Amino acid sequence: MSSSGYRHVGKATLRKDALDIVTGAAKYIDDISVPGMLYAKVLRSPYAHATITHIDTSKAEILSGVKAVLTYKDVPEWKGGIPFPHKRVLDRRVRFVGDGVALVAATSGEIAEEALELIEVEYEQLPAVFDVEEAIRPGAPQIYEEYPNNVLPPGCPFFGPTHLKEIVRGDVEKGFKEADFIAEGTYGYENIPNPSPPEPPGVIVQWDGPDKITVWSSSQCPSLIKIKIGRYMGYPEFRSIGAQCGGSYGSKNTPWVLVFYAAALAKATCRPVKLYYTKEEHFSTYSLRLGSRIHAKVGIKKDGTVSAVAGEWLVDTGAFSDMTQGQIAVGCGEAQIMMSSCPNWHLTTKTVVTNRNASGVVRGFGGQELKSALIPLWTLAMEKGGLDPVEVFKENFIKPGDGFYWRDGKWYVCTGIDYRKTIEKGSERFEWKRKWKGWLKPTAIKGTKRRGVGVGVHGNADVGEDDSEAYVVLSGDGRAVLHCCIAEAGQGERSSICKMVAEVLNLPLERVSITDPDTMVNPFEFGAVGSRGTYAIGYAAIEAAENARKQLLELAASKLEEPCEELDTMDGVVYVKEEPKRVPWMDVLGVSRTITGHGRFEADYSKPNFMMTFVEVEVDVETGKTELVQVLQATDVGQIIDPASLNGQLYGGLGSAGIDTALFEETVLEKVGGRILNPNMIDYKWRIFPDLPRFENVILETPISTHRFKAVGAGEIATAPGPSAVLMAISNAIGKRIMAYPATPDKVLKALGKI
Amino acid sequence: MRHKRETGKHQEGPHSSLHSASGAKDKSIHLDVNGEEYELVIGIHRGEIAPCHTLAHTLRETLHLTGTKVGCDKGACGACTVLMDGKPVPSCMVLTVECNGKKIKTVEGLRDPGTGELDPLQQAFAEHSAFQCGFCTPGILMTSKALLNKNPFPTEQEVKDALSGNYCRCISHYHVVKAVLKAAEKGR
Repeated sequence: MSSSGYRHVGKATLRKDALDIVTGAAKYIDDISVPGMLYAKVLRSPYAHATITHIDTSKAEILSGVKAVLTYKDVPEWKGGIPFPHKRVLDRRVRFVGDGVALVAATSGEIAEEALELIEVEYEQLPAVFDVEEAIRPGAPQIYEEYPNNVLPPGCPFFGPTHLKEIVRGDVEKGFKEADFIAEGTYGYENIPNPSPPEPPGVIVQWDGPDKITVWSSSQCPSLIKIKIGRYMGYPEFRSIGAQCGGSYGSKNTPWVLVFYAAALAKATCRPVKLYYTKEEHFSTYSLRLGSRIHAKVGIKKDGTVSAVAGEWLVDTGAFSDMTQGQIAVGCGEAQIMMSSCPNWHLTTKTVVTNRNASGVVRGFGGQELKSALIPLWTLAMEKGGLDPVEVFKENFIKPGDGFYWRDGKWYVCTGIDYRKTIEKGSERFEWKRKWKGWLKPTAIKGTKRRGVGVGVHGNADVGEDDSEAYVVLSGDGRAVLHCCIAEAGQGERSSICKMVAEVLNLPLERVSITDPDTMVNPFEFGAVGSRGTYAIGYAAIEAAENARKQLLELAASKLEEPCEELDTMDGVVYVKEEPKRVPWMDVLGVSRTITGHGRFEADYSKPNFMMTFVEVEVDVETGKTELVQVLQATDVGQIIDPASLNGQLYGGLGSAGIDTALFEETVLEKVGGRILNPNMIDYKWRIFPDLPRFENVILETPISTHRFKAVGAGEIATAPGPSAVLMAISNAIGKRIMAYPATPDKVLKALGKI
Repeated sequence: MRHKRETGKHQEGPHSSLHSASGAKDKSIHLDVNGEEYELVIGIHRGEIAPCHTLAHTLRETLHLTGTKVGCDKGACGACTVLMDGKPVPSCMVLTVECNGKKIKTVEGLRDPGTGELDPLQQAFAEHSAFQCGFCTPGILMTSKALLNKNPFPTEQEVKDALSGNYCRCISHYHVVKAVLKAAEKGR
């Protein structure tokens, strides 16, 4: 069904929070104060690896306005991370530059800051390691005594008893024998870029008694805070309340280190405590992308289908693992979705700790990190066969009926969309066939400028990941309230879910409101993570609205003495079809009755989504500088819910450590002392308005049957195909392979043999 | 802080001619924020303006105008942009004690103070969903406002150039440029 048949779905509507955002009324975490609130600051390690031999907080404690100073000696025994648990609130051992050493709560941020300078610390420095392969060598510095060779146990237990740890399927020996072209080598995506949301992470924590905690946060999914951090803390009575989230891209899902710090101080002072990171802390001590390196071999046949993949994926998680093994599981699942024709796999994985700021969840969630290394390797085989990458991706990407192992280790058969049409439409609009001149061949040459094109692909089975619940409450005044625990982090999700409810109830959008993201007043919700909002969260809300509508019509039927199936509702009025008989909801419900409909979604991993990114670059072979000329995203979402929000998500491929990680974005880690050299928004490079490329989105709408409005989400996947596409485009432009990210001018000139 | 009175919408010129930086008694400063006049005491006590306080800090923490956002606090991201005597400035890079007699406009002051009607820019941003997370939006609105005040009918390139100091990570740039041009068009 096209959107023209709907009242709200697919139409341009004002986002429900639009007025709050444009007037400055929207409340982000730092706009919130709680009476009696103290301000926290963290003393951080100057060393990458050290033991604290002496710490004296007495001078800081007597500074006027200081209410608590905590060190590893007096913080609660909470621990977090995977494997659960391995990272303490504070430890006598510090494991990266910026690791927490002491916590201060004071009546103002300035006083807390001043107190940090009064804390005396002596360290015994330990040897540190910053490279994933040096870390696993015998004799390397041990970062955790309990994890020999710095390798963390594989697997994310949260994904169930058979969770995916690697891809081992079929017979790779046979697969390589069948291959016509084989590529082998080492590729990495190791510039550990920062998703860098504009708002730094922050939390406010309050204890009401020893076992009752309230957390306000800038989290992307306040519900996960309760699920995950509640568990880390031994399940106290846990209330999590979300604020407007000033950008997350996954990185603010569950800021448990901040919650631990603030909660420890709040417990010690019996007062609410706010901890809001500075931008420097955000850059140097908060979630980076995973470091990713593969040693692998890919075999393909003449028709481009992959016959075998073998090798090892080394994942550098930095000083601890937040969700790394889970990201590895999803990355492994996504690799199979991309190379669905391949029956033979032996791709093992290792989660390795090093002495740098930890990696965490970032849009792309393992898949971007794996593919940005795996696709370039795969393209070496395509080059040998003289194959067009668009055709190869089309041949290999999953189609209905194909199967794959997902994050829980279970086998799923695709029942989603066949994306070949999307690839064709995207390719046509981009004029791929005209621009593609073959491997390492420029599209055009003008003076010192070389044009080149590249393409990348990605898909994720997370559109139906995890469970959701929702209530819809109808009242006599002709209004509906959706109880659904999702924060607004930029996807327009809160508004889009209301559109679906308004569509089901045939109400004006203004008459549907949504509760604040507060675990105390809402049913279970996993959160607006991945691309699950449209299908998973939407499904639960739609079911709740349908259920409420049914109850309403049943009640009205008895009042009107008409059969229920003859009734319908619109704008808060129940009417008899084909007849002028109408009653407002108030006459059905009165003032003292409400109707509550309940909806629930249970995980469905059978419908991968899809994104193909086409890019054109222009490289100056004299200076080595690359300009991104054009980007085109091609996807099929079943049905557009909100055009502006969807387009925004697709444009987002340029942001949140996406496409530009192939051009200039990187976290520069100095590998002697382990300091990050660019922890600020001047030295960390980002794209400015005048440098915007031409950007088009090609969005198809092939209906999926299992969603009332036939829709799947596509937001999270917008960044992942970009980086490898850019490397391909630059290589084609200059006629030489670029092997590492980002392709800064020095790397380009080096590839050209000019330096 | 003493909140003196609301000034008329059309009242122009600094209210501070008697209190300019050089002539002030150095105990307090006068600020006009969104048409309201404030006398702020300089000092280190709660509610006073410490010499180290930035304008962004004063707006948010002392005057509770939290619409202005602080992103990097180092003048790089533009989130905290406000208008000072009509010009866009990163309010995190200005010390409040240097602002005596200045007229400041923040995102809270963009609406028509009389009618409450949205500024055409606010209207266009809402209509085009020219934001995703919205954290950078107040700064982008204020920079755009300064541009349209100076150049009511900018070209697309002029809009982009004006916004070159405003960081947006969700990539709402394309929607923003469209919204600014639409707002300008409406003004024709």
